Amino acid sequence: MTALINVPETAAQGEIIEIKVLLQHPMETGFRTGPDGKLVPRNIIHSLRCLYLGEEVFAAELFPAVTANPFFAFTLVADVTGEVEFLWVDEDGEEHRESRLLSVA
Amino acid sequence: MTLTRRQAIAMGLALPIALQTRPATATPEAMQAAIDAFTGGAEMIEGGVELKIPALVENGNSVPLSVRATSPMTTEDYVEEIAVFNEINPLPDTVRFRFSPRSGRAEAQTRIRLNGSQHVTAIVRHSNGDFHSTQVNVIVTAPACREA
Repeated sequence: MTALINVPETAAQGEIIEIKVLLQHPMETGFRTGPDGKLVPRNIIHSLRCLYLGEEVFAAELFPAVTANPFFAFTLVADVTGEVEFLWVDEDGEEHRESRLLSVA
Repeated sequence: MTLTRRQAIAMGLALPIALQTRPATATPEAMQAAIDAFTGGAEMIEGGVELKIPALVENGNSVPLSVRATSPMTTEDYVEEIAVFNEINPLPDTVRFRFSPRSGRAEAQTRIRLNGSQHVTAIVRHSNGDFHSTQVNVIVTAPACREA
Protein backbone atom coordinates (compact mmCIF):
# COMPACT_ATOMS: atom_id res chain seq x y z
CA MET A 1 0.00 0.00 0.00
CA THR A 2 1.31 3.38 -0.94
CA ALA A 3 1.13 6.44 1.22
CA LEU A 4 2.18 9.99 0.48
CA ILE A 5 3.17 11.65 3.72
CA ASN A 6 4.27 15.24 4.02
CA VAL A 7 6.03 16.23 7.25
CA PRO A 8 8.31 19.29 7.30
CA GLU A 9 11.94 18.19 7.71
CA THR A 10 12.79 20.90 10.22
CA ALA A 11 10.80 23.02 12.64
CA ALA A 12 11.41 25.41 15.49
CA GLN A 13 10.54 24.31 19.02
CA GLY A 14 6.92 25.15 19.81
CA GLU A 15 6.05 25.70 16.17
CA ILE A 16 2.74 24.32 14.97
CA ILE A 17 3.45 22.34 11.82
CA GLU A 18 0.98 20.99 9.28
CA ILE A 19 1.07 17.35 8.27
CA LYS A 20 -0.58 15.94 5.17
CA VAL A 21 -1.32 12.28 4.53
CA LEU A 22 -2.67 10.70 1.35
CA LEU A 23 -3.28 6.96 1.46
CA GLN A 24 -3.81 4.92 -1.67
CA HIS A 25 -6.95 2.87 -1.07
CA PRO A 26 -10.23 2.20 -2.95
CA MET A 27 -12.40 2.80 0.18
CA GLU A 28 -15.07 0.44 -1.20
CA THR A 29 -18.24 1.38 0.68
CA GLY A 30 -20.04 -1.97 0.70
CA PHE A 31 -23.17 -0.24 -0.64
CA ARG A 32 -22.34 -0.46 -4.33
CA THR A 33 -23.41 -3.25 -6.65
CA GLY A 34 -20.86 -4.80 -8.99
CA PRO A 35 -21.36 -5.92 -12.60
CA ASP A 36 -22.78 -9.23 -11.34
CA GLY A 37 -25.56 -7.43 -9.44
CA LYS A 38 -24.16 -8.41 -6.05
CA LEU A 39 -22.95 -5.96 -3.44
CA VAL A 40 -19.22 -5.30 -3.63
CA PRO A 41 -17.86 -6.22 -0.17
CA ARG A 42 -16.81 -3.34 2.03
CA ASN A 43 -13.09 -2.62 2.01
CA ILE A 44 -12.16 0.54 3.89
CA ILE A 45 -9.40 1.87 6.08
CA HIS A 46 -10.91 2.00 9.57
CA SER A 47 -8.50 4.27 11.37
CA LEU A 48 -5.44 6.42 10.98
CA ARG A 49 -3.28 7.41 13.93
CA CYS A 50 -0.37 9.80 14.14
CA LEU A 51 2.14 9.35 16.97
CA TYR A 52 4.87 11.82 17.87
CA LEU A 53 7.45 10.94 20.53
CA GLY A 54 5.41 7.79 21.15
CA GLU A 55 2.26 9.75 22.01
CA GLU A 56 -0.91 10.01 19.96
CA VAL A 57 -1.28 13.55 18.60
CA PHE A 58 -4.04 12.97 16.10
CA ALA A 59 -6.32 10.13 15.03
CA ALA A 60 -9.11 9.75 12.52
CA GLU A 61 -11.90 7.21 12.46
CA LEU A 62 -12.97 6.55 8.88
CA PHE A 63 -16.40 5.50 7.62
CA PRO A 64 -17.47 4.61 4.05
CA ALA A 65 -18.29 8.32 3.58
CA VAL A 66 -14.57 9.09 3.30
CA THR A 67 -13.40 9.29 -0.33
CA ALA A 68 -11.24 6.78 -2.14
CA ASN A 69 -7.56 7.54 -1.52
CA PRO A 70 -8.28 9.28 1.80
CA PHE A 71 -6.58 12.59 2.42
CA PHE A 72 -5.97 14.15 5.83
CA ALA A 73 -4.33 17.36 6.93
CA PHE A 74 -3.77 18.19 10.60
CA THR A 75 -1.27 19.89 12.90
CA LEU A 76 1.14 19.06 15.71
CA VAL A 77 3.38 21.06 18.01
CA ALA A 78 7.09 20.48 17.33
CA ASP A 79 8.88 19.78 20.62
CA VAL A 80 12.14 17.82 20.22
CA THR A 81 13.71 15.91 17.34
CA GLY A 82 11.91 12.63 16.95
CA GLU A 83 9.94 10.28 14.81
CA VAL A 84 6.44 11.01 13.58
CA GLU A 85 4.71 7.67 13.12
CA PHE A 86 1.63 6.93 11.02
CA LEU A 87 -0.42 3.82 11.66
CA TRP A 88 -3.50 2.83 9.74
CA VAL A 89 -5.72 -0.24 9.97
CA ASP A 90 -7.37 -1.76 6.89
CA GLU A 91 -10.45 -3.98 6.47
CA ASP A 92 -8.50 -7.13 7.44
CA GLY A 93 -7.40 -5.51 10.70
CA GLU A 94 -3.84 -5.35 9.46
CA GLU A 95 -1.85 -2.36 10.69
CA HIS A 96 0.37 -0.49 8.26
CA ARG A 97 3.15 1.75 9.49
CA GLU A 98 5.20 4.60 8.06
CA SER A 99 7.40 7.09 9.85
CA ARG A 100 9.19 10.36 9.16
CA LEU A 101 11.92 12.11 11.12
CA LEU A 102 11.20 15.62 12.34
CA SER A 103 14.27 17.69 13.23
CA VAL A 104 13.63 20.40 15.76
CA ALA A 105 16.17 23.18 15.92
CA MET B 1 -21.27 -8.40 -25.38
CA THR B 2 -24.58 -9.38 -26.92
CA LEU B 3 -27.60 -9.87 -24.74
CA THR B 4 -29.75 -12.92 -25.39
CA ARG B 5 -33.51 -12.63 -25.15
CA ARG B 6 -33.39 -14.94 -22.13
CA GLN B 7 -30.91 -12.68 -20.30
CA ALA B 8 -32.92 -9.58 -21.13
CA ILE B 9 -36.05 -11.11 -19.58
CA ALA B 10 -34.11 -12.22 -16.49
CA MET B 11 -32.74 -8.72 -16.02
CA GLY B 12 -36.22 -7.23 -16.36
CA LEU B 13 -37.49 -9.57 -13.67
CA ALA B 14 -34.54 -8.92 -11.38
CA LEU B 15 -34.78 -5.12 -11.56
CA PRO B 16 -37.64 -4.62 -9.06
CA ILE B 17 -35.83 -6.93 -6.61
CA ALA B 18 -32.61 -4.95 -7.05
CA LEU B 19 -34.49 -1.74 -6.35
CA GLN B 20 -36.04 -3.16 -3.22
CA THR B 21 -32.76 -4.40 -1.80
CA ARG B 22 -31.05 -1.02 -2.16
CA PRO B 23 -29.71 -0.24 1.32
CA ALA B 24 -31.86 2.11 3.32
CA THR B 25 -30.45 5.62 3.49
CA ALA B 26 -29.80 7.47 6.69
CA THR B 27 -32.45 10.01 7.58
CA PRO B 28 -32.34 13.21 9.62
CA GLU B 29 -33.70 11.03 12.46
CA ALA B 30 -30.86 8.52 12.02
CA MET B 31 -28.39 11.40 12.09
CA GLN B 32 -29.97 12.69 15.30
CA ALA B 33 -29.74 9.20 16.82
CA ALA B 34 -26.04 8.98 15.88
CA ILE B 35 -25.44 12.42 17.37
CA ASP B 36 -27.23 11.45 20.58
CA ALA B 37 -25.10 8.29 20.80
CA PHE B 38 -21.97 10.45 20.45
CA THR B 39 -22.97 13.12 22.96
CA GLY B 40 -24.83 10.82 25.34
CA GLY B 41 -27.73 13.27 25.13
CA ALA B 42 -25.66 16.08 26.62
CA GLU B 43 -26.65 19.65 25.89
CA MET B 44 -24.93 21.28 22.96
CA ILE B 45 -23.76 24.84 22.53
CA GLU B 46 -24.18 26.29 19.06
CA GLY B 47 -20.93 27.71 17.67
CA GLY B 48 -17.29 27.55 18.72
CA VAL B 49 -16.64 25.39 15.69
CA GLU B 50 -16.25 26.20 12.03
CA LEU B 51 -17.18 23.61 9.41
CA LYS B 52 -16.11 24.49 5.89
CA ILE B 53 -17.66 22.67 2.95
CA PRO B 54 -18.33 24.32 -0.41
CA ALA B 55 -22.01 25.38 -0.46
CA LEU B 56 -22.39 24.05 -4.00
CA VAL B 57 -20.67 20.76 -4.83
CA GLU B 58 -20.56 19.36 -8.35
CA ASN B 59 -19.12 15.95 -7.58
CA GLY B 60 -20.42 14.23 -4.45
CA ASN B 61 -17.65 11.64 -4.70
CA SER B 62 -15.04 14.05 -3.44
CA VAL B 63 -16.09 16.94 -1.24
CA PRO B 64 -13.36 18.86 0.61
CA LEU B 65 -14.18 19.25 4.29
CA SER B 66 -12.34 21.37 6.80
CA VAL B 67 -13.25 21.69 10.46
CA ARG B 68 -11.78 23.88 13.16
CA ALA B 69 -12.83 24.28 16.78
CA THR B 70 -11.95 27.19 19.05
CA SER B 71 -9.84 25.92 21.96
CA PRO B 72 -6.65 26.94 23.78
CA MET B 73 -5.43 23.32 23.32
CA THR B 74 -3.64 23.15 26.69
CA THR B 75 -3.41 20.04 28.87
CA GLU B 76 -6.27 21.40 31.01
CA ASP B 77 -8.57 22.50 28.21
CA TYR B 78 -8.43 20.92 24.77
CA VAL B 79 -10.67 19.41 22.12
CA GLU B 80 -10.82 15.64 22.48
CA GLU B 81 -12.86 14.77 19.44
CA ILE B 82 -14.74 16.22 16.49
CA ALA B 83 -17.37 14.02 14.82
CA VAL B 84 -19.02 14.78 11.50
CA PHE B 85 -22.51 13.50 10.68
CA ASN B 86 -24.63 13.56 7.51
CA GLU B 87 -28.34 13.16 6.84
CA ILE B 88 -28.77 11.06 3.70
CA ASN B 89 -25.70 8.92 3.05
CA PRO B 90 -26.27 5.21 3.78
CA LEU B 91 -24.62 5.79 7.19
CA PRO B 92 -24.99 8.94 9.32
CA ASP B 93 -21.37 8.64 10.56
CA THR B 94 -18.99 10.44 8.22
CA VAL B 95 -15.60 10.86 9.88
CA ARG B 96 -14.22 11.47 13.37
CA PHE B 97 -11.04 13.23 14.46
CA ARG B 98 -9.31 12.78 17.81
CA PHE B 99 -6.95 15.44 19.08
CA SER B 100 -4.52 15.88 21.95
CA PRO B 101 -2.89 18.97 23.48
CA ARG B 102 0.10 18.15 21.25
CA SER B 103 -2.08 18.75 18.18
CA GLY B 104 -1.62 22.49 18.67
CA ARG B 105 -4.85 23.33 16.88
CA ALA B 106 -8.18 21.51 16.82
CA GLU B 107 -8.19 21.57 13.08
CA ALA B 108 -8.34 18.92 10.37
CA GLN B 109 -9.12 18.52 6.69
CA THR B 110 -10.27 15.55 4.65
CA ARG B 111 -12.44 14.68 1.66
CA ILE B 112 -15.83 13.03 1.96
CA ARG B 113 -18.61 11.56 -0.17
CA LEU B 114 -22.08 13.08 -0.10
CA ASN B 115 -25.07 11.24 -1.51
CA GLY B 116 -27.13 14.30 -2.35
CA SER B 117 -27.95 17.75 -1.01
CA GLN B 118 -28.20 17.73 2.75
CA HIS B 119 -27.13 19.20 6.07
CA VAL B 120 -23.76 18.18 7.48
CA THR B 121 -23.23 18.54 11.23
CA ALA B 122 -19.99 18.75 13.21
CA ILE B 123 -19.99 18.06 16.96
CA VAL B 124 -17.00 18.95 19.13
CA ARG B 125 -16.29 17.24 22.44
CA HIS B 126 -14.08 19.28 24.77
CA SER B 127 -11.95 17.76 27.54
CA ASN B 128 -14.14 19.53 30.13
CA GLY B 129 -17.21 17.66 28.84
CA ASP B 130 -18.72 20.53 26.84
CA PHE B 131 -20.21 19.88 23.43
CA HIS B 132 -20.31 22.42 20.63
CA SER B 133 -22.03 22.01 17.31
CA THR B 134 -22.50 23.60 13.93
CA GLN B 135 -24.39 22.68 10.78
CA VAL B 136 -23.95 23.59 7.12
CA ASN B 137 -26.24 23.02 4.16
CA VAL B 138 -24.61 21.54 1.07
CA ILE B 139 -26.12 21.34 -2.42
CA VAL B 140 -24.75 18.41 -4.42
CA THR B 141 -25.45 18.29 -8.17
CA ALA B 142 -23.94 14.84 -8.87
CA PRO B 143 -24.35 12.64 -5.79
CA ALA B 144 -21.95 9.86 -4.77
CA CYS B 145 -23.03 6.22 -4.29
CA ARG B 146 -25.33 6.31 -7.32
CA GLU B 147 -23.00 4.91 -9.96
CA ALA B 148 -23.04 1.19 -10.72
